[in-house]
Amino acid sequence: MATDYILETRELTKQFRGFTAVDKVSINVRRSSIHALIGPNGAGKTTFFNLLTKFLPPTSGSIVYNGHDITREKPAQTARRGVIRSFQISAVFPHLTVMENVRVALQRKLGTSFHFWKPESTLNHLNERAMELLTEVDLESFADTQTVELPYGRKRALEIATTLAVDPELMLLDEPTQGMGHEDVGRVVDLIRKVAKNRTVLMVEHNMSVIANLSDQITVLARGTVLAEGPYDVVSKNPLVLEAYVGSAEAEVT
Amino acid sequence: MSNRSKVLYIVLLLGALAAPFIGYPIFLMKVLCFALFACAFNLLIGFTGLLSFGHAMFFGGAAYLCAYAAKTWGFTPELAVLFGTVGAAILGYFVGWLAVRRQGIYFAMVSLALSQMIYFICVQAPFTGAEDGLQNVPRGKLFGLFSLADDTTMYYFVLAVFIFGFWLIYRTIHSPFGQVLKSIRENEPRALSLGYDVDKYKLVAFVISAGLAGMAGALKSLSLGLATLTDVSWQMSGEVVLMTLLGGMGTILGPVLGATSIIAMQNYLSSFGSWVTIIMGATFVVCVLAFRRGIVGEIAHRLKK
Ligand SMILES: Nc1ncnc2c1ncn2[C@@H]1O[C@H](COP(=O)(O)OP(=O)(O)OP(=O)(O)O)[C@@H](O)[C@H]1O
Ligand SMILES: [Mg+2]
Repeated sequence: MATDYILETRELTKQFRGFTAVDKVSINVRRSSIHALIGPNGAGKTTFFNLLTKFLPPTSGSIVYNGHDITREKPAQTARRGVIRSFQISAVFPHLTVMENVRVALQRKLGTSFHFWKPESTLNHLNERAMELLTEVDLESFADTQTVELPYGRKRALEIATTLAVDPELMLLDEPTQGMGHEDVGRVVDLIRKVAKNRTVLMVEHNMSVIANLSDQITVLARGTVLAEGPYDVVSKNPLVLEAYVGSAEAEVT
Repeated sequence: MSNRSKVLYIVLLLGALAAPFIGYPIFLMKVLCFALFACAFNLLIGFTGLLSFGHAMFFGGAAYLCAYAAKTWGFTPELAVLFGTVGAAILGYFVGWLAVRRQGIYFAMVSLALSQMIYFICVQAPFTGAEDGLQNVPRGKLFGLFSLADDTTMYYFVLAVFIFGFWLIYRTIHSPFGQVLKSIRENEPRALSLGYDVDKYKLVAFVISAGLAGMAGALKSLSLGLATLTDVSWQMSGEVVLMTLLGGMGTILGPVLGATSIIAMQNYLSSFGSWVTIIMGATFVVCVLAFRRGIVGEIAHRLKK
């Protein structure tokens, strides 16, 4: 194939009762890159993620993933292709242990997830791999903790470990550092850089230093449309972008 | 299973084996039937996060099927119970197929509406005996050999079926499938985003729950010798919710304790006439306010600390 794009959207559009949240967005995400999606509040970033992962059906336009048109697929189907998302609001399984959170993601590939007649102990051989993943995000000492008891930053780290457990080809991260303290942000940035080595990451992020640090390519969304595209140096100097951010996220740009 | 729970289960088993020498077998059978019903219901509300408000359709529907098969066709008890169970599971498949796509309160409404439909079918159908129900259902001979006419013998048959049902629920909860169910209960969008077809998992859970609720209803119609409209009424659907909440939803033994308490209250307070409902209502309110997690849930929580 001529392109090395893992994901392409063509004029992807989503309307909510006449209001256009995502307006003819066409983007190309290069394989093995970190692609950032930025834009002021309400720009349509989360909605765009919901379209990519099938949580919402698009009004028009199409989504091509690895050469397949996945526009009309179901969420679980697309996830099984290797497109795994995280959520803007931390998405963990609060009343499972930290270890179980990761293991539930690992167990899918065993193909025994409908086996209600088998004991749980048939999953124990996954514990080792689960522990490795927890170690990657510095959570190994919390393995047996009920997830609901973790501090917020740790929950987000666990969410990344769970996402990694299904070994996604394309990881969609919706504001992975939102609401985190300074050190936690640093830890997550390192983690994303590490895990992006052999996969593609598309991330929504408000923190500009994180963006500058990580991203190869940036798409700026405002009011549902693409305002600008390019590497950080180009995009951050674009007057349109600066204007769109005035009043909403000024402090972060500077 | 921890050693402590092993000991608990052994004590309970011994207690259940000795029970007919202390209490009335008819009462005990009723307790076991409703305990199984509540455990089956709990698989949905407590472990999958689905509030079904129409579980009486499976309980009562199977009670009719089993009673009819035993009375009219002379099915042996084990086959009559199996017939009711399979019937309820098949009904569960269709109801579940319609209901699991709905979220939250809409799921409860769909299950209630379908259950009312089954109720009206039972009122109108020629083979349910209308207001009288099906009475004098014969218990028959187990495998065509052992008569179950004696209450104590029947009790042990009910106990054996109960243990099987309870074990199946226990196994389901602690299985790879159960892990996915719990993750759906905890965070459905997340489970979906990890690649699980959540609706399919919910449907399988629904069918297991419906089948076991049916098994409970079938056992009930054999032990008490009757299947009536009460068994398919919405009050019955409500009662199983009460039992489960009172005992502790999402705990394994909670529904058993909840069912026991409510059946005991109905039994021993029956001399108070219509006051029973009020006393039960008040007890329920007090329990819900005092122990938010249900009785067993509260005990487990305290033990953990
Ligand atoms: N389900 C929905 N129904 C109606 N309107 C919606 C829905 N989801 C999102 N919107 C609207 O679409 C617009 C885009 O929302 P979206 O959540 O995608 O923004 P965002 O870029 O993620 O913002 P933020 O930075 O605050 O997360 C908003 O105006 C929002 O109110
Ligand atoms: Mg958002």
